[in-house]
Amino acid sequence: MELAPYLILGCIEGLVTAAVLALMAVGLSLVFGVMRVVNVAHGEFFMLGAVLAWFVADQLGGHPAIAFLAALIIAPLLVGTLAMLADMTILKRISYDPERTIVATIGLLYIIQQLTLMTYGSNARPVEPPFNQRIAIPWFEWTDGGLSLYWPWGLGTTSYKLAVIGFAIILLLGIWVLMTRTRIGLIMRATQLDRDVAQAYGINVDRVYAMVFGLGAGLAALAAVLIVPIQQAHYLMGHDPLLLSFIVVIIGGLGSLVGTVIAAVMIGLSDGLISVFFTPTLAKIIATLMVTFVLIFRPSGLMGSK
Amino acid sequence: MLEMRSVSSGYDGARVLQEVSLSLSAGEIVCILGRNGAGKTTMMKTIMGLIRADSGQILYHGTDLLDVPPHQIAGLGIGYIPQGRRLFSELTVAENLEIGLMAGGKGNATRDKVLGMFPRLAERLHQRANTLSGGEQQMLATGRALCLEPQMLLLDEPTEGLQPSMIALIRDTVVALKETGVGILLVEQRVDAVLSIADKVMFLENGKSQDIMPASTLRENPDLLKKYIGV
Repeated sequence: MELAPYLILGCIEGLVTAAVLALMAVGLSLVFGVMRVVNVAHGEFFMLGAVLAWFVADQLGGHPAIAFLAALIIAPLLVGTLAMLADMTILKRISYDPERTIVATIGLLYIIQQLTLMTYGSNARPVEPPFNQRIAIPWFEWTDGGLSLYWPWGLGTTSYKLAVIGFAIILLLGIWVLMTRTRIGLIMRATQLDRDVAQAYGINVDRVYAMVFGLGAGLAALAAVLIVPIQQAHYLMGHDPLLLSFIVVIIGGLGSLVGTVIAAVMIGLSDGLISVFFTPTLAKIIATLMVTFVLIFRPSGLMGSK
Repeated sequence: MLEMRSVSSGYDGARVLQEVSLSLSAGEIVCILGRNGAGKTTMMKTIMGLIRADSGQILYHGTDLLDVPPHQIAGLGIGYIPQGRRLFSELTVAENLEIGLMAGGKGNATRDKVLGMFPRLAERLHQRANTLSGGEQQMLATGRALCLEPQMLLLDEPTEGLQPSMIALIRDTVVALKETGVGILLVEQRVDAVLSIADKVMFLENGKSQDIMPASTLRENPDLLKKYIGV
């Protein structure tokens, strides 16, 4: 077996995982960075995004591209709005106390999960991708006639997977621009750095918190809409992404968006490569070991401040 | 005019400030003196709404600030320079000033005026606040507050950790602001730095206001300082 083509395949699969993971983890990191809230319900916002994507696509019918596009807009907006309501009715009332918000978001996790089970059911349901052409991955070999290309059997990806990677990159750049080049980004960063002084300088911190919690959940939902044509929507699908997002956020450095993206690429690539050559379970074990080493040798993460 | 009437406040049930009353008029400098832990910073935070008062009134042009959400107080024209400067450390000089401009609804003309007062900030506009020297950080903290074009300014230990030339600059700035009609409430440990410019002095001890007197009385009777704060 030639190693290199499978390495490319592993990298592509890993980059798809990294793309989705980066979006989700950036949402988690944003919420922790600005609000100091460890959102244990983040995985359920992801799951809800996938389930709503199925619901929207199912209700609209018609061409898959139109249904998918509608889901891509509607699901994150609905999930973001729900998260904002949760912030205003639950987290604000407990004054964003770190311990109590963990308990509150655990409660939120079970409420969302069980309500989804009661209404959506336990079946996994697919959403049709907007496009899905198979793209064979070529490799080269030396023959008597010199260097020539060939297509190893079974080695390929899809146009949709490549589009997920591209779309995630565009979205992440958009978030970077939002945070560093816009007035609302400046307000969020100021709130993150000093909540009290931000208030003394006219920033409505309650509104910023609601917006950040909504944005974080919306990003998780967006990640789910992107992945649901590849995986399927299921009421328990939030667990693994939540665990991986925490791993990514800890490795990247709590609250550091750049660190989070770097860590997502590391974890995604290692997941893709190890899954291709060994098993997905081993990939999860190695990711967990990585976070253990980071906690021991660099507790602030790759880019986190001490 | 800013007027505190029998204001009490504190943290998590522990009362720090006890029935403190004070008035501050336009163009007046009132200095709060007291030992560490006397409640000076708590008083500033209470005025800004960062600590909720348990009782009393804080009237500003007839509005009770205790009924105003904290984020709307700056918009009324009250600037705050906290103890230790508390700049947005990872934001640039320009971004720190921008926050002040946003709070006051002011534009580039105000920013240019502030940069005219502190030309060194203009040279460091794109530098992060946490890379500035102590003196420059104090200039930025002052500049950020002045971007509001405040009518009242609360300064909490502005000379802390500064070299003499910088203390003189801050003192000159405070005097210049007073001359434009800004009312200034000044908390300061360095009595020598403020006694010459203050109009009134209030002594705080264990959260209670002891006495309020004209600064000239203290200048003429330095022994009084020993009585109140042991200096």
